[in-house]
Amino acid sequence: MAIDLLIGAVKAIVILLLVLSLSAVLLWFERKGSALIQDRVGANRAAIFGFGKRMGLPNLGIVATLMADPLKLFTKEDFVPEGADKFLHALGPFLALFPVLVAFAVVPIGDAFQIGGRTVQLQAASINAGALYILATIGVGVYGVALGGWASNNRWALLGAVRATAQMISYEIAMGLAIISIVITFGTLDLQDIVRQQGGVWFGWLPRWGIFLQPVAFLMLLTAGMAESKRVPFDLPEGESELIAGYFTEYSGGKQACFMLTDFAEVVLVSVLVTLFFFGGWQVPWLYRDGFHLGTHHLLLPRAAVVIIGVIAFWIKVVMFCWFQILVRWTLPRFRYDQLMRLGWKGLVPLGLLNVLVTAFVVVVATGAAR
Amino acid sequence: MPVELFIFLATVSIVSSLGVVAQKNPIHCLLALILTLIAIGALFIALDAVTVGFLQIIVYVGAIMVLFLFVIWLLNLQAEPVPIGHLGLKFFATIAVAAMAAELFVFLAKTKITLGAIPVVAGYGSIDSLAQTLFGQYLMAFETTSILLLVAVIGAVAVARRALPTRASAAAPKQGAAP
Repeated sequence: MAIDLLIGAVKAIVILLLVLSLSAVLLWFERKGSALIQDRVGANRAAIFGFGKRMGLPNLGIVATLMADPLKLFTKEDFVPEGADKFLHALGPFLALFPVLVAFAVVPIGDAFQIGGRTVQLQAASINAGALYILATIGVGVYGVALGGWASNNRWALLGAVRATAQMISYEIAMGLAIISIVITFGTLDLQDIVRQQGGVWFGWLPRWGIFLQPVAFLMLLTAGMAESKRVPFDLPEGESELIAGYFTEYSGGKQACFMLTDFAEVVLVSVLVTLFFFGGWQVPWLYRDGFHLGTHHLLLPRAAVVIIGVIAFWIKVVMFCWFQILVRWTLPRFRYDQLMRLGWKGLVPLGLLNVLVTAFVVVVATGAAR
Repeated sequence: MPVELFIFLATVSIVSSLGVVAQKNPIHCLLALILTLIAIGALFIALDAVTVGFLQIIVYVGAIMVLFLFVIWLLNLQAEPVPIGHLGLKFFATIAVAAMAAELFVFLAKTKITLGAIPVVAGYGSIDSLAQTLFGQYLMAFETTSILLLVAVIGAVAVARRALPTRASAAAPKQGAAP
């Protein structure tokens, strides 16, 4: 009993820390990535007492920037505008961050393994309605932005909040429809089970990943997910040329850092969902429980190595999609508001309904044929 | 469900629903209502109705409360001052509420409450059993409800949309328009 509690606590803390540190690294990643795309050198000024140069070492850019950014934000003045709703103003950022972070509780980061006679799931909470849980947390995530912007007593912030709320609730539907197609395809809501079913190969070489079954849902989930995270090209809620900074105009210091962290945690969440549903989660192509098998080639590995390779593969896939989202952010211009709404309601929602219909039809025909 | 968990969730839902009626600022009331709905969703989940619990949070918290928020924003509702006067009305209202509470208390005191765990069938509350019930036993009622909702949506759109400009009024020059 006690050891089960301990295992649960360790898993929860490890997954939380992994997500938080990946979000922090993404902040640096984004600055360096944008510099690369815009042909600049990028963040290279932060140095710890000129440490690197004096010792004749190469620039410690990443370490220094990673430490300097949060330090700067958390030591700034925490400003609350006059006439603001103080309670909601303080609550807003945390209300935005919390649902995104708890969503990671059901994410399976690796295969289950036996140790000391007990089975350890590499998943903080093994609930069998994981897909519904993810949708519920995404639905609750609207309020931090909406109430934070409203409580600031600033019309730009309120406009940003209204835009953000309308945008998030519109794209939630497309996201839900994409997830429903996946759930129908795999016939389960359990994320670990969805990942398990993506093991193995077709035709002897093609991994059984979700992308080959549901390419339309993949594009929908990625698009809707990027719209949910409110980043370029979907950053209407904070469009700085019109609204200063939108819903977080009146935030500074640690609370603003909280909003930024929410953005990056959402980027990680979207990458995690895409990886789980379409790219086999922790499955590595041609890697089975006992090692690699491709055609007549075999490479046997111990069980522990297979599990570790799976966990590493999962995070490599997640980082790849984070990188892809940053690439998109610095490549595309911002949508106009009517374009955004048209894409959501007239593009993605009908497409999603059609996809659900076709998926259901094909699944019924296929299972009927199997019977 | 452990009794401690039930007491905690019940207390949260009761206190937050009191917050809905007792607070003056409509946005604060909304926040309290959201907390109530989340607590009730958690109660459903703890009672093994996992699907219903999550759907409660997705539909009510994730969608309907956002609609409420928009209504509050659009009507620009502000914190209203407590009305002064109407002492007679307040007096009788207080007596009526007190009588109601006393009646409830008497009934509760007389009722023998025997709480106990009731065993549920395997798979109770899962999306499987929910779908079997909805799309098997109650298919007709379910589809009728969805058609009713569709009719209501179309009706709302028809009532709310502006009249399309007729060809004659579109062609005619607008009054007061700049040349």
